[in-house]
Amino acid sequence: MSDKNEPGAVRAPLRLHVPEPTGRPGCHTDFSYLKISAAGEVPRPAVDVAPVDTGDMAHKLIRVLDQDGEACGPWAPELSEAQLKRGLRTMMKTRIFDGRMLIAQRQKKLSFYMQSLGEEAIGSAHGMALDEGDMCFPTYRQQSLLVGRDDVPLSELMCQLLSNEKDPLKGRQLPVMYSIKRAGFFSISGNLTTQFVQAVGWGMASAIKGDTRIASGWVGDGATAESDFHNALVFAHVYRAPVILNVVNNQWAISTFQAIAGGEGTTFAARGVGAGIASLRVDGNDFLAVYAVTRWAAERARSNLGPTLIEWVTYRAGPHSTSDDPSKYRPSDDWTRFPLGDPIARLKQHLIRRGLWSEEQHTAQQEELEAEVLAAQKHAESFGSLADGHIPSIASMFEDVYEDMPQHLREQMAEAQAFGGRQ
Amino acid sequence: MADAADVQGVSANMTMIQALRSAMDVMLARDPDVVVFGQDVGYFGGVFRCTDGLQAKYGSQRVFDAPISEGGIVGVAVGMGAYGLRPVAEIQFADYFYPASDQIVSEAARLRYRSAGDFTAPLTIRMPCGGGIYGGQTHSQSPEALFTHVCGLRTVMPSNPYDAKGLLIAAIECNDPVIFLEPKRLYNGPFDGHHDRPATPWSGHPKAQVPEGYYTLPLDKAAVYRPGQQLTVLAYGTMVYVAEAAAKETGLDAEIIDLRALWPLDISTVVESVRKTGRCVIVHEATRTSGFGAELSALVQEHCFYHLEAPIERVAGWDTPYPHAQEWDYFPGPARVAAALRRVMES
Repeated sequence: MSDKNEPGAVRAPLRLHVPEPTGRPGCHTDFSYLKISAAGEVPRPAVDVAPVDTGDMAHKLIRVLDQDGEACGPWAPELSEAQLKRGLRTMMKTRIFDGRMLIAQRQKKLSFYMQSLGEEAIGSAHGMALDEGDMCFPTYRQQSLLVGRDDVPLSELMCQLLSNEKDPLKGRQLPVMYSIKRAGFFSISGNLTTQFVQAVGWGMASAIKGDTRIASGWVGDGATAESDFHNALVFAHVYRAPVILNVVNNQWAISTFQAIAGGEGTTFAARGVGAGIASLRVDGNDFLAVYAVTRWAAERARSNLGPTLIEWVTYRAGPHSTSDDPSKYRPSDDWTRFPLGDPIARLKQHLIRRGLWSEEQHTAQQEELEAEVLAAQKHAESFGSLADGHIPSIASMFEDVYEDMPQHLREQMAEAQAFGGRQ
Repeated sequence: MADAADVQGVSANMTMIQALRSAMDVMLARDPDVVVFGQDVGYFGGVFRCTDGLQAKYGSQRVFDAPISEGGIVGVAVGMGAYGLRPVAEIQFADYFYPASDQIVSEAARLRYRSAGDFTAPLTIRMPCGGGIYGGQTHSQSPEALFTHVCGLRTVMPSNPYDAKGLLIAAIECNDPVIFLEPKRLYNGPFDGHHDRPATPWSGHPKAQVPEGYYTLPLDKAAVYRPGQQLTVLAYGTMVYVAEAAAKETGLDAEIIDLRALWPLDISTVVESVRKTGRCVIVHEATRTSGFGAELSALVQEHCFYHLEAPIERVAGWDTPYPHAQEWDYFPGPARVAAALRRVMES
């Protein structure tokens, strides 16, 4: 090595590092970058574990179901047959719902849609593991949290998607930006990561009031780069907020591989440990693991032991949205090669292995759910759609900006109505 | 609503700092859902003493220190509001609200609308604002126009201790998000722009006589600070006193309106005055181009065109960042305001 003061010292020019995915259209992704532990391998610490002692776990992968569908290790949850079947049903229903709405968008009945293909286990199991009254602060890809609810008819979601006269959000929001307080589902915003820190505030409020309810915040891998991700971790740690901080790492943020979000050579769970938060990295396509880890984090939060950050490792199997064509930036067969597989196929295999399910039952349930979704769609479409002009009133455009409508909005509403040709 | 409805208890002489503190004290006592937090707000009582003693009185579950993260402070406040609390968050200087812009504009302001009332954001965000204190670029700004442009927000700025308390209590009780701008130049006394004269304290000023108990002022009503016949001056914050000094020095019978609520605005008080006088001068500390004065000017022109005897004048901060050494060349002082008053009378 030459000394910096040595005359004529020569150094190699610096070079900017720009991460790239190994797989681009026409070639295969090398998934060895994913650190994958064997099912049952990662220990299950006590819920009062010190955050610093989860440092190792943030680089391992909690998995319960092995490749044969056997539940292994300390994280295997005790779920009843009914709960397991309910979980499978929610995942299947979510996928069928997504499929139908994708077709409806292609038929121009809706302006826009976002599937959650391949990520159904996360919301389905997480929602089942939370208690009534807990509040989720979701992104636009946690529809399985809602599909798993008995008290939210699919047609209600579809009316929002259609922006029709029964749209609970009165046509104000882009499709998929649901808000259903009674189901513990916070209003979705287009602005990424804003809800992550709001979830912490909700949890802080619950603690201030001596409540027992907890919050669950959601963010994708790409959106962890937003400043509100950092804000959320700091506030959750400082105030030991009763919150579960979920990072859904589906490897892609639209066309951007997770390495550009900061995932290269590290994990998103590791960021939690750095912030002093107990952090776990989990197989997001393993329904049993998602359920068990959510229960663990919820118990930790409910026992005043503080927040948990969970990185759910999964794969965004579908396009980012109906406005996206993934064949322009990643291999078309990527999902089939993703080592954690398909969450529905894996739970189905587990149930069949235990003699609780069969191919015949699966096919019958598939048909039953398709009919249920179709019936809901017909019901929702009977209230109109953006396409056929049966949309909420002009007046409703001016309501709810403030609690009471100020003078300037009353004047603007009258002006809009005079031009709108309808009330 | 009457200007001082339901006044309880005896009055005391208060500075604006004490009046603001009293408003938070009253609301913390009245409503168990009120929480107060921000940088240095808890144990220390705030860098301007506005929350002095509140943590000791109400405990750290109600009044607490926050990390230095404006986006985090407003973000958790939105979450608390969604839960059902009534957060009163402080941003140490208005100049530092920018990291919280996304939470204010995209979230707090739109939560009720986008959720069709499913969730609301009943929060108050206090921000010391304004110049005249040698605060330089990042301790002097007046960013009100960045809030008045956002649908769903209420933007309020008091000019005296009595209004400060009544408006802050109303802001805390309001179910809409309120940006509560506090002119720090007025914290300890009124200021008319004559920086070369000794500072005057609030003590003895009629608006420094503040009821100790609960009272509110409406969030959408201007006050006629000085009745007059010859011309109308629209002002708020420190500029109310600068306008008063300018009127005195010119001998003109100016009607000075202290807007108090910037948006939504009490348009009828403004229109009534300008239709009477036929002349209008708008004064604010904030930079001129696309400042709130532009909206005021447009509204006056739309509503009072046939009553106007002269072009509407705007006296504002220059379109530069707020300087340090040239403070008094930047700050719209009484000489510049007086010149504008004379100009509109000569037209």
